[in-house]
Amino acid sequence: MDCVVACKTENQVPEGFNRDWIAYETRGAFPTPSMEIRTERCNHCDAPPCVACCPTGASHVETFGRIVLVAPEMCIGCKACLASCPYDARFVHPEGYADKCTFCVHRVKEGLDPACVAVCPTWCMHFGDLDDPASEVSRLLASRKGHALLPAAGTEPRIFYLD
Amino acid sequence: MRELILTRANHQVDPVLHVWGWEIPVYLFLGGWVAGMMILSGFFVLQGRHRERRCSCLLTPWLGLVLLSLGMFALFLDLEHKRYTWRLYTTFEVASPMSWGAWILVLVYPALAASILVQPPEWLTERFAVADRVSAWVTARAGVVHGIALANVALGIALGIYTGILLSALGARPLWSSAMLGPLFLLSGLSSAAAFVHLVARNVHERVLLARADNLFLAAELVAILLFLIGLATSTDVHKQAAALLLGGSYTAAFWVGVVGLGIVVPLVVQSLAVRRRIRHTPVAPLLVIAGGLALRFVIVYAGQESRWAGLLSDLVARFA
Repeated sequence: MDCVVACKTENQVPEGFNRDWIAYETRGAFPTPSMEIRTERCNHCDAPPCVACCPTGASHVETFGRIVLVAPEMCIGCKACLASCPYDARFVHPEGYADKCTFCVHRVKEGLDPACVAVCPTWCMHFGDLDDPASEVSRLLASRKGHALLPAAGTEPRIFYLD
Repeated sequence: MRELILTRANHQVDPVLHVWGWEIPVYLFLGGWVAGMMILSGFFVLQGRHRERRCSCLLTPWLGLVLLSLGMFALFLDLEHKRYTWRLYTTFEVASPMSWGAWILVLVYPALAASILVQPPEWLTERFAVADRVSAWVTARAGVVHGIALANVALGIALGIYTGILLSALGARPLWSSAMLGPLFLLSGLSSAAAFVHLVARNVHERVLLARADNLFLAAELVAILLFLIGLATSTDVHKQAAALLLGGSYTAAFWVGVVGLGIVVPLVVQSLAVRRRIRHTPVAPLLVIAGGLALRFVIVYAGQESRWAGLLSDLVARFA
């Protein structure tokens, strides 16, 4: 849960809301059940439906790193983006605009990892440039098996879970 | 066995999405209803019936303005960041049905206002002499009247379909992933509008005509509902799960009793008997149709929010090498 606490602290996420969270998933039956514990957040999709449905352009893909962001001063709070996200990664900030994970873009622009990645005590999270084949994340995905969440929803998520 | 536990408990999102309350179904219903009124009044004007003092096309344009404004107010109430509403009109987002809707509404208002001027009600011309003069100018030009009528029909169709496409464009909610929602909401708007004219018509010919038209719209609506359900039930597992909300799930009674039974089948039977002169025309059937149209929006909006991709094991995980 350190990633969750770090996110709330770094981004001053309001009480009662989460930009990232932990999922405990148990599958199968005795004697071969399996369990996956993972940290989830906005998948910063390559085909983001939240951006497509936004009537004002408040939801947008930032040129820097193709991170999906919301411009609060352009958001009317129509909540179409919340309904369009198959991951339910968004929420309405108490001030009225749609809010979500920003990949801590303010930190990344300074060359730092997002807060959740930086504080992980087991170093199980990796952050980097998927467009660069030489980056650590590209090499990890090339060398190990893994999976994305809900790929059939067609949003081309960019968060991957290594097996 | 599959068990998924999340530490997330975001307001309006968990345990199931509920971002839209009563405001959006009411807005979608009123928008569809006004769309139906625009199409019907445009049709009557094209027929030249606006010259008759008892034509319902004298009533529907200004009533449409009032109802649409009420719908827009409901939509406004739903917005969480109200002071930025003007942002809708600083851009046109071609991929966003909501942006399309915002701009369609900009065209709908003047079309309705122009439709009022084709044959303004007496209470308007008595108070505002200018309305009478403008109306005289408009009605003296058949081409202008024709253009206003066509604009009302075209914009009515656009508005009615938009209210359905607004939802069906949100692919993350499998119940809404159907192109049938546009035609279904348009037909529902038409049937509600026809029911309303049937209810208030002072002209016997018009009342019978609209009852017949309403029967046609209701029958078409039943077909649209059938195709909507077939489309979902023969699609992927998540879409079948979404359809199950209406086919045995938590919205089954509201959908089949409220929307289909009382909102379509019963009035269809009653009005069929009335147009065959087996029974008298009463307000019961039209009122049921209008209430059924409202119920349809509530059921589709509420059930759609409960449908989701994340609920299925087979789609939860896809391996890549």
